[in-house]
Amino acid sequence: MVDHLLSVQDLETQFKTPEGIVHAVNGVSFDLAEGETLGVVGESGCGKSVTMLSVMRLVQCPPGKIVAGKAMFHGKDLLQLNSEDIRAVRGGQISMVFQDPMTSLNPVMTIGDQLAEPLMLHLNMTKEQANKRSVELLGLVGIPRAEERLKDYPHQYSGGMRQRVMIAMALSCNPQILIADEPTTALDVTIQAQIVELVKRLREELGMAIIWITHDLGVVAGLAQRVIVMYGGFIIEEAEVKELYANPRHPYTLGLIGSLPKIHEESRTKLYSIEGMPPVLYRKPTSCPFAPRCAWVMERCWNENPVLESLNPNHRVACYADTTNGSKHA
Amino acid sequence: MTNTDAIVTVDNLKMHFPIYRGVIRRRVGAVHAVDGVSFQVKKGETLGLVGESGCGKSTTGRTILQLYKPTAGKVYFKDTELTGLKSEQMRLMRREMQMIFQDPYASLNPRMTVRDIIGEPLVSFGIASGKQIDERVADLLKLVRLNPDYIGRYPHEFSGGQRQRIGIARALAMNPSFIVCDEPISALDVSIQAQVVNLLEELQAEFGLTYLFIAHDLSMVRHISDRVAVMYLGIIVELTDRNELYRNPLHPYTQALLSAIPIADPVFSAARRRQVLEGDVPSPVNPPSGCRFRTRCPIAGPICAEKQPEWREVGPNHYVACHKV
Ligand SMILES: Nc1ncnc2c1ncn2[C@@H]1O[C@H](COP(=O)(O)OP(=O)(O)OP(=O)(O)O)[C@@H](O)[C@H]1O
Ligand SMILES: Nc1ncnc2c1ncn2[C@@H]1O[C@H](COP(=O)(O)OP(=O)(O)OP(=O)(O)O)[C@@H](O)[C@H]1O
Ligand code: SF4
Ligand code: SF4
Ligand SMILES: [Mg+2]
Ligand SMILES: [Mg+2]
Repeated sequence: MVDHLLSVQDLETQFKTPEGIVHAVNGVSFDLAEGETLGVVGESGCGKSVTMLSVMRLVQCPPGKIVAGKAMFHGKDLLQLNSEDIRAVRGGQISMVFQDPMTSLNPVMTIGDQLAEPLMLHLNMTKEQANKRSVELLGLVGIPRAEERLKDYPHQYSGGMRQRVMIAMALSCNPQILIADEPTTALDVTIQAQIVELVKRLREELGMAIIWITHDLGVVAGLAQRVIVMYGGFIIEEAEVKELYANPRHPYTLGLIGSLPKIHEESRTKLYSIEGMPPVLYRKPTSCPFAPRCAWVMERCWNENPVLESLNPNHRVACYADTTNGSKHA
Repeated sequence: MTNTDAIVTVDNLKMHFPIYRGVIRRRVGAVHAVDGVSFQVKKGETLGLVGESGCGKSTTGRTILQLYKPTAGKVYFKDTELTGLKSEQMRLMRREMQMIFQDPYASLNPRMTVRDIIGEPLVSFGIASGKQIDERVADLLKLVRLNPDYIGRYPHEFSGGQRQRIGIARALAMNPSFIVCDEPISALDVSIQAQVVNLLEELQAEFGLTYLFIAHDLSMVRHISDRVAVMYLGIIVELTDRNELYRNPLHPYTQALLSAIPIADPVFSAARRRQVLEGDVPSPVNPPSGCRFRTRCPIAGPICAEKQPEWREVGPNHYVACHKV
């Protein structure tokens, strides 16, 4: 049995809105091993961000509320820590990078001051030490002429460079876990490739574990060792990366992978498309959340919600159908 | 320059946006958004137009449709030179040429019902009135696989994919022959993208439509296009048939762009060697001299700074602008 660095169990998070309670995360469990890269995929609104924000205790309350679950990290439940302790974890052992670097950087502070601040705060460095380390950090993430560029403000950096700064900041206190929430979605493909290669290099040099949230199945394929697929606030499939792409089992995962154009497609084939719309989360479902869009749906799916079960040690899926035998109704 | 199987011909098209500064709004320069592009779109084909953000894809599409008055160059639709038309003549031409926009949230007027949004061009061209409009709109809704009962609803009552269908229905209202699709799926969820792409393909087969399909998702462009043009900083650097482009990319920028596509296949991803481009795209206000790609090109030589590479046909239907090809 491997020792898990982070173990999330039965996490449930809800939001109280004027229209009703949004069941954003509905009992999510997963583990993260030391040095491992875990990909989290699923379409907009399926609960990827809220899951990780809950673990970091960054869900705004109200309207949000973590109603159940545990997040065990070094023998402690992150969900039970007092606010001072959780802040120390956030600044130090676990750090997070967000999708839009412009909203996470302070526009009126120089890049240098923003990098130095957490170093002085969490690592008790002097201003001078922090500056020296900041130069190293910018160099680490591939920003040339680091010393000069520390004096710049965020708007003087391009989108790709700002994202590099965010990564530098997230790495500044040598975290054991880096949570990256769609860090490349807003960037162009060539810049996205730069960031992905950068993260691969840093992972090798620094050995941190990574949770990489994205809706891009391509990015995950090149980066993660294990992948979680979410739908409607549930994990519906989880597998080692090669296993997931070679042998997807849940109808939703099958649909997602099937709806991508093939890499070596020479003649045009019709794309597989998942019909219908993503679910509305105002009720906690008592049936399979994917049932309204599922081509394999059967009686039982409307009465019960399947739980994640292991197919083999590397693969878990939450579905009653055997999607490998082709008994599809549609 | 015109060609019988070309529906649209673009000849050395330029679109510069002036930049003004100061109290007296002095002109201090210009954004060279499109800086001399020439190509044809053939009847019934889908021409893909790819490139990174800001390279001038949307501006090219809009300038073809004369939504901007070009700085230089000519655009022909069949045999008519659009760039020489008076505005009333152009208005009539516009029935044949439509556009679908990237953002299904911003491109529909939130205060108009589906009936008004889709029916508006029918009214403004005096093609239908009263009950006829309802009938035509209902037909169009069915065509894009939306329930015709939705005719009285407002945009906010629809999902992103449904709104994009409304945008498509509006574009189809006048029976156009040419549609500029400006990133029609970029804002949609993965599972919804395939629905819209399939719909666009079905409509093309049914009505013989011609598309200029703008995107930055190269795998989707490959899927939908017959030919693909690659743009960088205001110019087209390579243009050829889809399979030829992906099998045999010749321009260093195309090669880098293809190698940057994330591929949803972990075995393939692990095996391939990626060529990662350094640096960012330079500003289109002062594009580099000579070849615009030279500041990031891994094989640039002295000549690349001096001379702009010519646009040449280097193989059958394979055009490229690079000194080293
Ligand atoms: N502050 C909030 N108030 C109300 N509902 C919220 C709030 N934040 C998130 N939600 C809801 O929780 C659900 C999960 O949202 P979450 O942000 O985790 O999705 P996601 O998977 O990260 O999507 P995306 O890919 O769009 O980032 C969504 O239905 C969302 O509308
Ligand atoms: N109306 C305008 N006025 C001034 N500059 C403009 C205008 N429209 C576009 N530009 C500039 O022209 C350049 C090309 O823009 P364009 O929108 O055509 O790029 P694009 O390739 O469509 O990019 P994206 O992928 O981000 O949509 C950019 O530098 C942009 O800022
Ligand atoms: S449990 Fe039933 S409805 Fe849900 S995904 Fe499986 S077959 Fe489809
Ligand atoms: S012309 Fe020169 S700089 Fe431009 S792409 Fe070719 S080799 Fe590179
Ligand atoms: Mg999110
Ligand atoms: Mg555009």
